[in-house]
Amino acid sequence: MAQHQVNYASAAGLPIALTSVDKLVNWGRSNSLWPLTYGLACCAIEMMASGASRYDFDRMGTIFRASPRQADVMILAGTLSKKHSEFARRLYDQMTEPKWVISMGSCANTGGMFNTYATVQGVDRIIPVDIYLQDVHQDLKHFSMR
Amino acid sequence: MRKYVPKDNVQGKSYYTDRFWVAPRVPRSEVEDEHFAAVVKALAKQANESYVEIGQLVVQIDATNNFSVLKTLKEKCGYTQCSEQSAVDYLAKDGEFELFYQLLNVNEAKRVRVVCRIKKGEAIESVQPLFNSANFAEREMFDMFGIKVNNHPFLKRIIMPDDWEGHPLLKTYPLHGDEFASWYEVDKIFGKEYRDIIGPENRDPAKVDRHDTKRFSRIGYEVPFGADISEGETEKAVEYSETFLVDYNKKGSKQLDERR
Repeated sequence: MAQHQVNYASAAGLPIALTSVDKLVNWGRSNSLWPLTYGLACCAIEMMASGASRYDFDRMGTIFRASPRQADVMILAGTLSKKHSEFARRLYDQMTEPKWVISMGSCANTGGMFNTYATVQGVDRIIPVDIYLQDVHQDLKHFSMR
Repeated sequence: MRKYVPKDNVQGKSYYTDRFWVAPRVPRSEVEDEHFAAVVKALAKQANESYVEIGQLVVQIDATNNFSVLKTLKEKCGYTQCSEQSAVDYLAKDGEFELFYQLLNVNEAKRVRVVCRIKKGEAIESVQPLFNSANFAEREMFDMFGIKVNNHPFLKRIIMPDDWEGHPLLKTYPLHGDEFASWYEVDKIFGKEYRDIIGPENRDPAKVDRHDTKRFSRIGYEVPFGADISEGETEKAVEYSETFLVDYNKKGSKQLDERR
């Protein structure tokens, strides 16, 4: 990517980089994140659908990886039960830095409607979350736009 | 979220009584069916009481006879499938568990429910040698109610984690979990010292305020956005038990009219 030298002190402290759109898109494609193949509940179905032909994650270079060692981002898709929380955390620990976490759907965000003894009331209790997605069943675009 | 009330005797206390309300009950009839009459005859003295409910024979037996009764039903009456086996918690009412075995006769297309009662702390004989499906069913019963099963090949929790404390299907078990349940994943992953850092669970993400016309629409009678429909009625704060783990008594959030 053609980066022009920016003097942050003179540009009012703004981190500015000049480039062309084509190069920006190519940079995005070549550096796209690889999520972990990891589904917990019905949200995983939506996640698989967004990886399939209609929304097609592959065209953006986003490829699901079956090993946490090769993954950059972990998508916690669905209800995390307390019994499984230990293993979710273990998978997160196995991912190499830098790593990111997406909490997908209200069940993962807050426990959602499963306000019971057996459900983790928000995955951020055990794993640091970077992005929270809401309304997963409503619109797949929420998922694929981000 | 519902007001928290102690769950130690919920069956004994009814919070609403209608003078003319009669508990609905499935009608029971005498055993008239030829096949069922033969079943009751085959069980002889082991059947304490037998009647028909919705086309199914219900046989009440002593808990100590459960294996021999099911053996008779399987070998002499053709009930080759045990479709479900579990328990019902009547501890608050009678101090007992009711155990049931739901059996199916495929050739005759008939079902029998064998019912017995055991006191708390008593064990039941496993019927796994007769019905393989009872293996998992009895493990689930042990997991959910804490009922021990004698001579079970592998009596271990099946749904909850192995190191879980408590039996969630007991009526005395709170739906939101006790202290152990609410800290389970934190204790297991980070250790108990981490409780203070993480803080209590936020267990009320779906609260509905009935006077709120900004975020909730009124079904049946529509009102303008943001209209005041409280009619002078002030919102009463629900008082929660102070002994409960999560502090619900803290003041609610303030809604701003404009963006800051």
